[in-house]
Amino acid sequence: MKVFKLIFKNSVRHRLRTILTILGLALAVMAFGLIRTFIKAWYAGADAASPDRLITRSSVSIVFTLPISYKEQLMKMDGISDVSYANWFGGIYIDPKNFFAQFAVEPETFLKMYPEYIVPADQYQAFLQERKAVIIGRRLADRFGWKIGDPVSLTGTIYPGNWDFVIRGIYTGKEDITDETIFVMRFDYLDEVIRRDMPGRAGQIGWYVLKMDNPARAAEISKAVDAHFKNSLAETLTETEKEFQMSFIQMAGAIIIGLRVISYLIIGVILLVLANTMAMTARERVSEHAFLRTLGFRKYHLFGLILGESLIIAFIGGLIGILLLSIVENVVAVAIKQFFPSFSADLITYFTCMATAFIVGIGASIFPIQRAMRIKIVDGLRVVD
Amino acid sequence: MSDSMVNIFGLYKSYYRDSLEIPVLRNISLKIPEGEFLALMGPSGSGKTTLLNLLAGIDQPTSGTLSVAGEEISQLNENELAKWRSRHIGFIFQFYNLMPVLTAFENVELPLLLTKLTKKERKEHVETALSIVGLAERMKHYPRQLSGGQEQRVAIARAIVTDPSLILADEPTGDLDKHSAEEIMILLTRLNQEFKKTIVMVTHDPRAAEKAKIVRHLDKGELD
Ligand SMILES: Nc1ncnc2c1ncn2[C@@H]1O[C@H](COP(=O)(O)OP(=O)(O)O)[C@@H](O)[C@H]1O
Ligand SMILES: [Mg+2]
Repeated sequence: MKVFKLIFKNSVRHRLRTILTILGLALAVMAFGLIRTFIKAWYAGADAASPDRLITRSSVSIVFTLPISYKEQLMKMDGISDVSYANWFGGIYIDPKNFFAQFAVEPETFLKMYPEYIVPADQYQAFLQERKAVIIGRRLADRFGWKIGDPVSLTGTIYPGNWDFVIRGIYTGKEDITDETIFVMRFDYLDEVIRRDMPGRAGQIGWYVLKMDNPARAAEISKAVDAHFKNSLAETLTETEKEFQMSFIQMAGAIIIGLRVISYLIIGVILLVLANTMAMTARERVSEHAFLRTLGFRKYHLFGLILGESLIIAFIGGLIGILLLSIVENVVAVAIKQFFPSFSADLITYFTCMATAFIVGIGASIFPIQRAMRIKIVDGLRVVD
Repeated sequence: MSDSMVNIFGLYKSYYRDSLEIPVLRNISLKIPEGEFLALMGPSGSGKTTLLNLLAGIDQPTSGTLSVAGEEISQLNENELAKWRSRHIGFIFQFYNLMPVLTAFENVELPLLLTKLTKKERKEHVETALSIVGLAERMKHYPRQLSGGQEQRVAIARAIVTDPSLILADEPTGDLDKHSAEEIMILLTRLNQEFKKTIVMVTHDPRAAEKAKIVRHLDKGELD
């Protein structure tokens, strides 16, 4: 028999209590991992951003537009090889809860600017030839069962009225993290109708997308663009695509902060669950610990017994937790795939979960260890259990 | 080493409760030669357990000298005491103090984990100790599968497995029926006569005490 065996036998002394503690830990570790995965998925758009693209938008706010006439000036600027633009459409498909992102883009430059969207050549040709044509992401098509040639009507919110489109292309993502849920329409179709119905708002785009020859020059080029449009009708703010995406994510900042707080609270809960079990355990073993010391066992042996038991429970709880996480994440990923291009727990998340469990194992044993260290042998022996 | 296993001189022990001194042992002087079997009797609260704990080196005297197994143990620090105890003392308690999660074999093996013995040597020692107490057949049993008398015999096996110089027993028959108590006393007597172990036993039971070679009485902290 080794001391390790005693630790192990100790940890299953109260079978039900140990099982409940482990299950509590496992569920909490799983919840912690899910929240982390969720936060990561939230930032996935920013992670997918290309380093060679800049976004130029109104310096006032993203909801303010820029004149379409800026394009020619941007084309002439140093370090910029391509310019495209887009606008947020914000239409509703039957019901607001069917939300998906809709962008009006410049058809001719769109694919060149976003090589991560893969569209079959004939479908792209069809998109170029028809004003009402749209290209949609594969996941979006799956979500609503849309096929090429299907008509789709959206109710405008920013641009009121009923808008009719025809699906002419379905794109797939080049990478796993490429968003496959976007609805891409032609800006010229949008602008034509606006020009007719609300002429005051025509010729305005939401933001420009600039492709750079050299991503290392991002800061310098951004500065040059914004300087160029300084004191013009609409001043600009240029930033990398990643920064741009982040600014959207930050709009949901309160939610993310809330989730982070919850994830830390969960760690606190795990700690309390295990600390409670360990405290009960240590209290029950006061006389046993005193007796072991009578035999000649030392304080560091007790230290090892208590810490070891705490770590075993934490470790098993963590292990079951990440096992649950690996199952549940798939279920969750299917349920929310329309909203998140990628939802999967990565190695770092699994590792963080285990590390958290490990630290909790140490933390939960601190007070019981202190108690066991402080008590004198003769006092411990007098405790009858 | 002198031929005294225990040599106590002018021993005082007091406990303090909120700076109030509670004298428990007063001016105890006691010589116990090697091979002795001493029974310590006295009313409850007279300080018997306290004296035994002092002999075991798990408590410290307030004053006086206390030499056990050739060592002046009041001079040892905590670590030295722990080491000394594991070599020289075998302790037997009223309530056996077996680990419920360990088998009889593993309980007896426990003190040997502190030694440098190999697994094989440990096994031999444990088997010898268990056969001395007549429980070789019950090695794989857990304490809850044993009777009180058997549990106490496992505890005795555990106390002798390291071949200690001094066996201290605190009311070893206090929780047992008459028959089991008798068995335990026969065993202790054998340990004393056959294996020449020095034994100090606290007891309330006159029948147990008469098995000892000498009986001393403790009353209100003073030895008769
Ligand atoms: N840790 C302690 N703190 C205070 N008083 C104690 C402590 N241990 C023992 N005593 C007191 O010392 C006296 C003797 O106790 P003890 O040695 O256990 O007696 P016995 O074993 O003869 O019944 C009792 O009055 C007891 O209350
Ligand atoms: Mg007593």
